[in-house]
Amino acid sequence: MFFTYLRRELRRRRKAALVIALGLALGIGLVITVQSVSAGMSQAQGKVLQSLYGLGTDMTVTKAPPADTGSGASGPPSFKFNASSGSSSQSDDRIMPQGFQTLDDSVVSKVQGQSGVAEAVGGLSLRVVKINGQFSQGQIAQQPDGSGGGGGGAGALGGGGGGGGGGRGYYRQFIKGGGANFNVDNYTLYGVDTSKMDIGPLTASKITSGRNFTSSDASQQVVVVDSNYASQKKLSVGSTFTISGKNYKVIGIATADSGDAAANVYVPLQQAQTLANTKNEITTVYVKATNSQLIGNVKSEVQKNISGTTVTTSQDLASTVGGSLSTASSLASTVGKWLSIVVLIAAFLVAGLLTSSAVSRRVREFGTLKALGWKSRRVTGQVVGEALVNGLIGGVLGIGIGLGAAYLITAISPNLTAQLGGGGGGGNPFGGGGGGGGLGGGGGVVRRAAGKSLHIALTAPVSVSTIVLAVALAIAGGLIAGGFGGWRASRLRPADALRRVE
Amino acid sequence: MYQLSGVTKRYQRGRETIEALKSVDLVIEDGDQLVIQGPTGGGKSTLLQMLGGLDRPSEGSVELDGTDMARLSEAKLTQVRSANIGFVFQSFNLIPTLTAQENVEAALVPLGIKTTERRARAAEALESVGLGERLGHLPGELSGGQQQRVAIARALVKKPKVLLADEPTGNLDEDTRDEIMSLLEGLWREYGLTFIMVTHDSAIARRAPRVATIKKGRVTINDRTAAG
Ligand SMILES: Nc1ncnc2c1ncn2[C@@H]1O[C@H](COP(=O)(O)OP(=O)(O)OP(=O)(O)O)[C@@H](O)[C@H]1O
Ligand SMILES: [Mg+2]
Repeated sequence: MFFTYLRRELRRRRKAALVIALGLALGIGLVITVQSVSAGMSQAQGKVLQSLYGLGTDMTVTKAPPADTGSGASGPPSFKFNASSGSSSQSDDRIMPQGFQTLDDSVVSKVQGQSGVAEAVGGLSLRVVKINGQFSQGQIAQQPDGSGGGGGGAGALGGGGGGGGGGRGYYRQFIKGGGANFNVDNYTLYGVDTSKMDIGPLTASKITSGRNFTSSDASQQVVVVDSNYASQKKLSVGSTFTISGKNYKVIGIATADSGDAAANVYVPLQQAQTLANTKNEITTVYVKATNSQLIGNVKSEVQKNISGTTVTTSQDLASTVGGSLSTASSLASTVGKWLSIVVLIAAFLVAGLLTSSAVSRRVREFGTLKALGWKSRRVTGQVVGEALVNGLIGGVLGIGIGLGAAYLITAISPNLTAQLGGGGGGGNPFGGGGGGGGLGGGGGVVRRAAGKSLHIALTAPVSVSTIVLAVALAIAGGLIAGGFGGWRASRLRPADALRRVE
Repeated sequence: MYQLSGVTKRYQRGRETIEALKSVDLVIEDGDQLVIQGPTGGGKSTLLQMLGGLDRPSEGSVELDGTDMARLSEAKLTQVRSANIGFVFQSFNLIPTLTAQENVEAALVPLGIKTTERRARAAEALESVGLGERLGHLPGELSGGQQQRVAIARALVKKPKVLLADEPTGNLDEDTRDEIMSLLEGLWREYGLTFIMVTHDSAIARRAPRVATIKKGRVTINDRTAAG
């Protein structure tokens, strides 16, 4: 009888059931959408972090920033350009560690020795500024550079100038009486420890042509080039790439999984150290913990035992990610979460009130059943059963709505940008003192990544746990509605069978 | 056998207390027919509720076969209703979403009777009120008289001791009224029920062997069998 009655009620009062179900469906659909968008956001953030770190890296160790970060304690780098006056074409490469802070490479083995560390590998991040140009006296050429990006490009510089630009990319000072007109080619070079290829930034890329480094490449003059940079510079496997007058053979082309590579050119660590004249120095140690639960412990361990270092975990790094990705992601986690909670509560309440008012309209019906000798429990059970089915219908509709919305978002896949390193200059080290001052504040990795911005398509993956949550919410909604209605029904008396109210 | 003594029922409505029944004493023998009459608001329905265990008196006792229903637990009282008492209401009170047969079955649900037997008994009961062809009809698809027949079948399908009817013909036209009345009287004789009916119909009251008149909560009995 329970199911017959239930079925008949739901079929004959379809509209009322549908109103309750739709309310719940809206709430549940919203929860699924918010959940899946949040999941997509964290996937996107994961991609961003992966592009910096490579796969499997839990944290990085870099040199601790100087105590007084604002004033640029280490001072801006100075450049000596060996230009002779005249109109002949000249070229020179300037190679310096990103962030201008290096560690002794003995730190790698120290880090490796800490408990909880599975693997540690050092790397040297370099920025290369290639200058080709013509120089003539008495010309002043000056042009603001607003790009701030890492791509470099042609620029004209007041000869020998450059202090105090504050990282905004403008050339504010210029020297009278001297002039130059030349191109600046600016790219990033990463020194890879070829004996440990399983962690580090290069793991975020796939070798799409040629081969990767092997341990025998350690002292070879070979490079792996990022595919974007390679196509820009028309490089392919077998090409020759010149750094500081030395010829390097391109052995492989790497394509970044996230579309944005950690560096433009990869070179064996030893070569990088020689090029930058930083023997036995590295910028970053990439660390993999034995257990991802232990990352916090390992971090404090390293910081305690190895002085002068900054440890940055992926969690620390995630908090420095800026741009529309982090805006959208905090929007999803705050506004989205609260909105779905509010809508859910509203849907539950509306479902409860509608169920309760449906019981009021059926006072005589339930009174009659009690007069016939139906136990109060049976009548209440009938009401709760109906509400539960309404909830489940709402859940099914809600899952439909949620899947539809998630599918739509994935189909549209709106582009989000992630700004790494909290802004600051660094896109062009010629931006005056920006290199020393503006960037001193961040950790090493952050510094290395300064000014980097990634474009990531947002997807909205729906996980099984989200569906389970939706079903749980549907049941909860049904039970809450049933609670309202059932409570009302349980209070009816058999004498209500005679109530005249309709 | 019913034995009511000192039954008083008060309703509280805000600050006002309405005494719907005032110290009613009444004995109804098994198999008797009692017609209850009286002006509107006199307390007829209230008395019927006391007899049917739908409500409890404020004072006094309502004994059915020696058990005081006023003192039974809710669960026991529900059980007494389900097994012994059949109701017929003025406005039929059928479940609008259930078919005629399912409505009748609803009376057998609390008795724990199995589905197949329940169906068979419901069909049989509907047959006995002349609705053997209408088992699958919804109340909305039946005329008023037919709906009341379904309600009567529902009241009698469990073979109760007592049949209580509160103005069973009140919502029916004259022809149908007579049909339903003769059906009820026929069933009363056939089943040997205790049959208690509230009615405004004085023609029916004139035919009845025993009439209780309630005015302002006080009952007076006119017993023709005793008199004649
Ligand atoms: N649930 C209740 N709450 C308050 N007062 C009630 C309630 N039920 C009945 N009454 C009052 O008790 C008195 C008797 O009511 P009852 O329904 O028994 O009258 P009745 O004789 O059946 O009248 P009618 O012929 O109109 O059906 C009336 O004054 C009525 O207003
Ligand atoms: Mg009445």
